[in-house]
Amino acid sequence: MIDLKMNRRGLMKGAAAVGVGLSAPQFFVRGANAFTNEPTGSSVTLGFNVPQTGPYADEGADELRAYELAVEHLNGGGDGGMLATFSSKTLEGNGIFGKKVEYVTGDTQTKSDAARASARSMIEKDGAVMITGGSSSGVAVAVQALCQEAGVIFMAGLTHSNDTTGKDRKANGFRHFFNSYMSGAALAPVLSKAYGTDRKAYHLTADYNWGYTTEQAVRESTEAMGWETVNAVKTPLTQTDFSSYIAPVLQSGADVLVLNHYGGNMVNSLTNAVQFGLRAAQANGKNFEIVVPLYSRLMARGAGSNVAGIYGSTNWHWSLQDEASKAFVKSFGTKYGFPPSQAAHTCYVQTLLYADAVNRAGSFNPCAVGEALEGFEFDGLGNGPTLYRAEDHQCFKDVLVVRGKENPENEFDLLEVVEVTPVSQVMYSPDHPQMGGAEATLGTCNPGA
Amino acid sequence: MLGLNKKDFLLLLIVTMLTMLAPFVLNPFPEGSALAQFNAGYPDLMQRFVIFGIFAIGFNILFGLTGYLSFGHAAFLGVGSYAAIWMMKLLTMNVIPAIIVAVVVAGLFSVVVGFISLRRSGIYFSILTLAFAMMSYQLAYSVLTPITGGETGLQPKVNDPRLLDSALVDGATPTANLFGLSMRSSYELEIGSWLFTFNAGYYVAAVVMLLSFYLAIRIFRSPFGMMLRAVKSNQNRMKYTGLNPKPYTLAAFVISGMYAGLAGGLMVAMDSQVGPERMFWTASGEVVLMTILGGVGTLIGPVLGAGAIKYMENIISKINTEILHSWFSFLPDGLEDLIVNLTYPFIGKGWHLTLGIVFMLVVIFLPGGLVEGAQRIAGLIRRKDKSGGMPPASAKAEPAE
Repeated sequence: MIDLKMNRRGLMKGAAAVGVGLSAPQFFVRGANAFTNEPTGSSVTLGFNVPQTGPYADEGADELRAYELAVEHLNGGGDGGMLATFSSKTLEGNGIFGKKVEYVTGDTQTKSDAARASARSMIEKDGAVMITGGSSSGVAVAVQALCQEAGVIFMAGLTHSNDTTGKDRKANGFRHFFNSYMSGAALAPVLSKAYGTDRKAYHLTADYNWGYTTEQAVRESTEAMGWETVNAVKTPLTQTDFSSYIAPVLQSGADVLVLNHYGGNMVNSLTNAVQFGLRAAQANGKNFEIVVPLYSRLMARGAGSNVAGIYGSTNWHWSLQDEASKAFVKSFGTKYGFPPSQAAHTCYVQTLLYADAVNRAGSFNPCAVGEALEGFEFDGLGNGPTLYRAEDHQCFKDVLVVRGKENPENEFDLLEVVEVTPVSQVMYSPDHPQMGGAEATLGTCNPGA
Repeated sequence: MLGLNKKDFLLLLIVTMLTMLAPFVLNPFPEGSALAQFNAGYPDLMQRFVIFGIFAIGFNILFGLTGYLSFGHAAFLGVGSYAAIWMMKLLTMNVIPAIIVAVVVAGLFSVVVGFISLRRSGIYFSILTLAFAMMSYQLAYSVLTPITGGETGLQPKVNDPRLLDSALVDGATPTANLFGLSMRSSYELEIGSWLFTFNAGYYVAAVVMLLSFYLAIRIFRSPFGMMLRAVKSNQNRMKYTGLNPKPYTLAAFVISGMYAGLAGGLMVAMDSQVGPERMFWTASGEVVLMTILGGVGTLIGPVLGAGAIKYMENIISKINTEILHSWFSFLPDGLEDLIVNLTYPFIGKGWHLTLGIVFMLVVIFLPGGLVEGAQRIAGLIRRKDKSGGMPPASAKAEPAE
């Protein structure tokens, strides 16, 4: 069992100089490092693994923009963005821990195999010490497990399923984005206030993991408020025409339709529902209503005017008026000409959080970084006071409940924030049944070598 | 030797040399140089080369010999992977039982699929296999979530039962191993500014690949292989001579299904995780591309094709604009931007486009795939030596092996 996995870059440079100078070939057997890909030179490499092709390519492109912006800010370029508003002041624009930040990119294709291949090449070939990104929970769980095995830190991008920090949580993985449970818990009170406690809900659920956890979360939270769930129907992920699923809804006796769909699915099902006249319909003597648990700006743009007045939740929105959000929107807008999406925000924040954790820990060692992130409380990154909980590596912060705007002013101004649900309302215990129960465990951190 | 004629033995010897020396062959450029981007000698990609080589060799036994074009072979790969990961969860993290069970389960599944699909031939057969593969994908993605883990897939967990393994030390994660030798462990050798990585998992996969390559040669040269070629050339004539082609085609189908299962099992052994998109129809299409790109019906072709496609997917797709700019930075600004903009659509996320162009060129100009290209070059050299003594390779009537 020889395991002499070592860092490449730094030793390379020194070795190259010696090797070239001497006429006889030099053979090196290098001494073991303290952890995988320990950066020994003047720079450190991060791996940005985002979907560049496939259904979430739009989100992936926006994530990559955010990463490039974050690297620019960390290296002291641009206007510094959220570095100035971040409550922790270790980031001074001199890279991470004094080392210049370099990065490599890869395409996850929104497939776990491709994502893992790409991440492995970043770790094995390019010497990346941290992997981040992704726009789907399946990919996030797969890459997180890989990083755990390889001994590098994984900072999840956009992943909303409970499983990422629930039953599939890992010691080397961290998630800033919110999750299905939080969406349900944040939405339920707003919904009962807007639509009353005596409602009958009908769920259409995308037939895969994220759909299940979201349906369960919304269902349990709304039922606790007194709603009744009439029926829950699973729809194939590849479905593009939902008319056959929408048609029975009005006859079912339900008066609210919950669409547990994301991306193109949500755009199509919502459009179908509106075409069927559900918005104008009456049921049980009340106005028929539609709810979309997870909103994103890119989805709202796809669905167009159909989103008007429809409730949902989101992790962050560019129209927020706190200093941090304004600073981020400004520097992103200056560089790219339009406001960032929530995917871009979470990726930018994750990069800063990692950099700050390394600075505070004084080491790139994944175990030291993990320790610095666990239980870390911070502010000034756009979501108000936030806690990185030690037990499951999930961020706890306020959740935004949003509604589609009736009269949007431009193509980005599609959602309005209705309520900021305080973090206390979306808190849950780490062994919550929706999060894998008592069995779920982080394991211990793995530094690789 | 080994029951092979001289030519085949030489081929096996060359393939053995290449796979064993792959860490050197695939890492021709020194670390830190601009061309290091094109190095492919890191464990993950080397493992993928040989694993997809096995997958394509197996596919070629069906498609190359009998002419039956299966569009659902990824299903067997996926079923093998799921079987292997369950062995790792329930029995032991040792890769041997996982690989064996993967082959057996994929074999059984291919008996069922083959028995039904082989009632038809031509396009109907292709569509039937495609339907089976997409059914398997859908089942794995949603219906069978308790067994397959749905979209998230399956991974070995710390608290899985694993009957044969002793309890993990506190804090250890389950790692795939061969009697204690971790598949992830590597030995790195540095010579000058070159860095070569020797990975345990790669060598395990490479040995398995050589064995399956040897088996494929034996099948190609056997009377059974001749019968399969007879099915391809004229099934009716075969029937009129009193031979029933069905057992032969079914046997070929099951053998290639087992090869796919073997590849699936090895994928889990190298990287213990499985997700349903491994069975998606694009994965089935990929192996067809590999076989055609390399050369249908040839021994080495599918391996070359698999290597070419995996190389593009993993190397070309990782080049981004920043890297392009650094390559062309010696040019004047305007020209640099122009060249970068012209190149950009073909790299990074545009690697599919590059692959498409290469594939079209090969199919149009080299219908026999990369192998035919190599033969033509060899033919040219030989003609120069003997000044026209040999006819061009493409004019030969015998199949190109």
